[in-house]
Amino acid sequence: MIELEAVIGLEVHVQLATESKMFCSCPNLFGQSPNSLICPVCMGLPGVLPVLNKKAVELGLRAALALNCRIKEKIIFERKNYFYPDLPKNYQISQYSNPLGEEGFLTVGSKKIRIKRVHLEEDAGKLIHKEKYSLVDLNRAGVPLMEIVSYPDISSAQEAQDYLKELKLILQYIGVSTCDMEKGFLRCDANISLREKGFPGLGTKTELKNMNSFNQVRQALEYEIKRQKKSILQGEKIVQETRLWDDNKRITLTMRTKEEAHDYRYFPEPDLVSFVISKQEIDRQKALIKELPSQKRKRFRENYNLTDKDIEVIISELGLSNFFEETLKYYNYPKKVCNWITGPLLEALNNKRVSIGEIKLRAINFAELIKMVEGKKITNLVAKELLGELIENDQSPQTLAEERNLLSISEKSELLGLVREAINENPKAVEDFLRGKDKAIMFLVGWVMRKTKGKADPNILKELIERQIKEAK
Amino acid sequence: MEIHKLSGWEISQKIKNKELTLNRVISLFKERIRRFNPQLNSLVSLFEDVEPPSSESSSELWGVPILIKDNICIKNREITCASKILKGFISCYDATVIEKIKKAGLVILGTTNMDEFAFGSSCENSCYGPTLNPYNKQYVPGGSSGGSAAGVSAGFSPLALGSDTGGSIRQPASFCGVVGFKPTYGRVSRYGLVAFGSSLDVIGPLARDIRDVAYLLEIISGWDAKDSTSSVQEKRPFSSALEDNIKGLKIGLPKEYFVAGLNKEVEKNVKEAIKVFESKGAYISEINLPHTEYAVPCYYILSSSEASSNLSRFDGIRYGARKKAKDLIEVYKKTRREGFGKEAKRRIMLGTFSLSSGYYEAYYLKALKVRSLIKKELQEVFRHYQAIITPTSPTPPFQIGERIEDPLSMYLSDIYTIPSNLSGIPSVSLPCGFTKEGLPVGLQIMANHFSEDILIRLSFSYQSVTNWHKIYPREYD
Repeated sequence: MIELEAVIGLEVHVQLATESKMFCSCPNLFGQSPNSLICPVCMGLPGVLPVLNKKAVELGLRAALALNCRIKEKIIFERKNYFYPDLPKNYQISQYSNPLGEEGFLTVGSKKIRIKRVHLEEDAGKLIHKEKYSLVDLNRAGVPLMEIVSYPDISSAQEAQDYLKELKLILQYIGVSTCDMEKGFLRCDANISLREKGFPGLGTKTELKNMNSFNQVRQALEYEIKRQKKSILQGEKIVQETRLWDDNKRITLTMRTKEEAHDYRYFPEPDLVSFVISKQEIDRQKALIKELPSQKRKRFRENYNLTDKDIEVIISELGLSNFFEETLKYYNYPKKVCNWITGPLLEALNNKRVSIGEIKLRAINFAELIKMVEGKKITNLVAKELLGELIENDQSPQTLAEERNLLSISEKSELLGLVREAINENPKAVEDFLRGKDKAIMFLVGWVMRKTKGKADPNILKELIERQIKEAK
Repeated sequence: MEIHKLSGWEISQKIKNKELTLNRVISLFKERIRRFNPQLNSLVSLFEDVEPPSSESSSELWGVPILIKDNICIKNREITCASKILKGFISCYDATVIEKIKKAGLVILGTTNMDEFAFGSSCENSCYGPTLNPYNKQYVPGGSSGGSAAGVSAGFSPLALGSDTGGSIRQPASFCGVVGFKPTYGRVSRYGLVAFGSSLDVIGPLARDIRDVAYLLEIISGWDAKDSTSSVQEKRPFSSALEDNIKGLKIGLPKEYFVAGLNKEVEKNVKEAIKVFESKGAYISEINLPHTEYAVPCYYILSSSEASSNLSRFDGIRYGARKKAKDLIEVYKKTRREGFGKEAKRRIMLGTFSLSSGYYEAYYLKALKVRSLIKKELQEVFRHYQAIITPTSPTPPFQIGERIEDPLSMYLSDIYTIPSNLSGIPSVSLPCGFTKEGLPVGLQIMANHFSEDILIRLSFSYQSVTNWHKIYPREYD
């Protein structure tokens, strides 16, 4: 049986994090009421003209540089002509013959995935389909978009997902886009074909659309690989077509069988003047690329001796890794700080549904909190409880613990009374323990913990209870 | 005092001196329009509620009436570009030029007829029907700014604005015996001008007196943040060029413009005019512009390509007349089939074809190359000459219906005006005589980029010793 391998290329659209739209001064905002962010220009009224948003070019340039692209210094926009109701002018201002960046690459693990082009364009509006009619919302029309097209260098669904994760990370790190896929700030289409392993040619490809998360991209590709494999092995021909991912049925479905030969009639946009990006501007944008995820990964591995898994979690958000390093300034135990971040802190963020950027907790206080636990001034349990409050209010954990009377009871004499009480009140548990059920001791520990509101050190407590029971016997 | 025969600046002065009242001026011109426009169809809309001029300005044209071509947006007024597809569409904003003339205190009386979307040289391609030539109603007024030219010619207003993509200000000006001025591309903001050929379109003044033209140009020109193609070139005060001194100016006469196809009477009048410039001390000599013959095909490919894309937005989805149909594609087809006139469809098809894959290189790209050759050729001439004089049109006005079925002959009527648009240089058409039949003839002066002042000097000098610009059509005298 022949062995088949997948050949995958991804086309990613990313909304740029600018204040205003690409060619007018309407705000670039998400989630506003329909058609509240529009003006004659982005509505495509007769007589209007586009004026290029400088910031969009800067962000695009920065991204192209971060993706190791060759920069086309001459910026030329072109019109892509096609009719659709979400496209007010019935042409999209885009880049075609002169993309901003070309021939770059991105490294995923140890594999280099080549990037064919990075170009700028304007987004279209949104159609809202009702039963008998459709509505157009132009809030998104004219929002700056960057398209990043990879070469078909990706050879598995998992690799595609890893590529997307890395791309998102890079763009977030350099401040180009939040890449929030749920809001449509990052959209991905995939081209996939199969070929006999080791052979250079390309098979017939299908284009996959409508994947709304990185997981869906992976799942759609996995499904499509299986589907194409089955067809090929049964001797069927793959039809070149566009297929939609159906997330409910978890399959891809034919959208357009007969590939319409689109002729977009590109030509240079006469309403914009071409211009050359200066060397200084390129240098300025280069300087704004501080540290890319791959560099951070390497540095963290070398400096902090963390596991790869921990590193991935810590660097998965720029804010998180910054918080990590900031905390180290006050408490230089990387492994411990890392555990506190990947464990209790992320859990607290999750519970409160906030991001690292939104919290009030300062690194100095976070370090203080860890130090208190390490110094047995508070218990783990108390620390977690305090963390929930600290992320909402900027205060010292020491003061908070004192105020709440949550400092650990480490004086055995103080605990002894409670231990005796526990033994007296829970004869069944004591009996169980004596019969060799070690777990019963934990019940007694828990009983005391409740009484002390978690202030007792469970290890000390356990030792104390055991001794007491044995002595009593 | 025949108020309608006064220049704009004279009217403004008299209002300021209290010899005239603003109301009297406005009502006089409105009265003339009400009386004569039904004969000529120059205006498509006369504003009953004209906006009084801003009291803050003291410009030379404060209080002067002006007509606006129906492809320039005026806030809260209907704009149709003489097309059924835009019937009933009200602009929600002012074009930059409109903002500027309002600020300068001019009084907009109404909007003027044109060839649909400025496609044409006769003002016959209009959903409102043709505008007629005030000198002879059997004849066309030229186009596409035919309504503006006929309006100034018939004394409906001393001033009008038109747009010029391939001669649309100058050719009708010459057919109607008035001055039409096409500024340098980028000198005047295009924001609010409904686009035809974006790389060629310019807004410019029509008037009788070059002084009015200079003042109006001063008002409407200048860099505009809303138009990336508008120029940051400093505008010299154009009015300071209003001096009768052309001594030593070198003027070229392109051999290729005075050839067999040129009407004898036009030639005679233009040559007479050239003698006037010579008598005032200008040096006249023959020059060569060998690429002239490629200008018309080059222009029709480029302008139609841009137009085909610019007109895409008229689909009935967001505004304009939408036709009901069973699905989206049918809505597009029906709306556009019924909304656009014949010439608009011809240009859209021509442009779509030129941009299509497989043809793009042979047509659009080739035309771009020809365009740069024509531009270079003119640049070369302007290294040695300050101006070029040619006829504005190879023929005097032609008859209504004469060329409408023969697009090629219609397109050729712009042969002398197109090179200025392709190269972006300023040009003016001045009235310089009449044919035996009494139809106006115009001459064209071209100058280098941003040398409008040369055109104004030459025009002023010419007008100071001739009276052609002061003659009115007999019926509208």
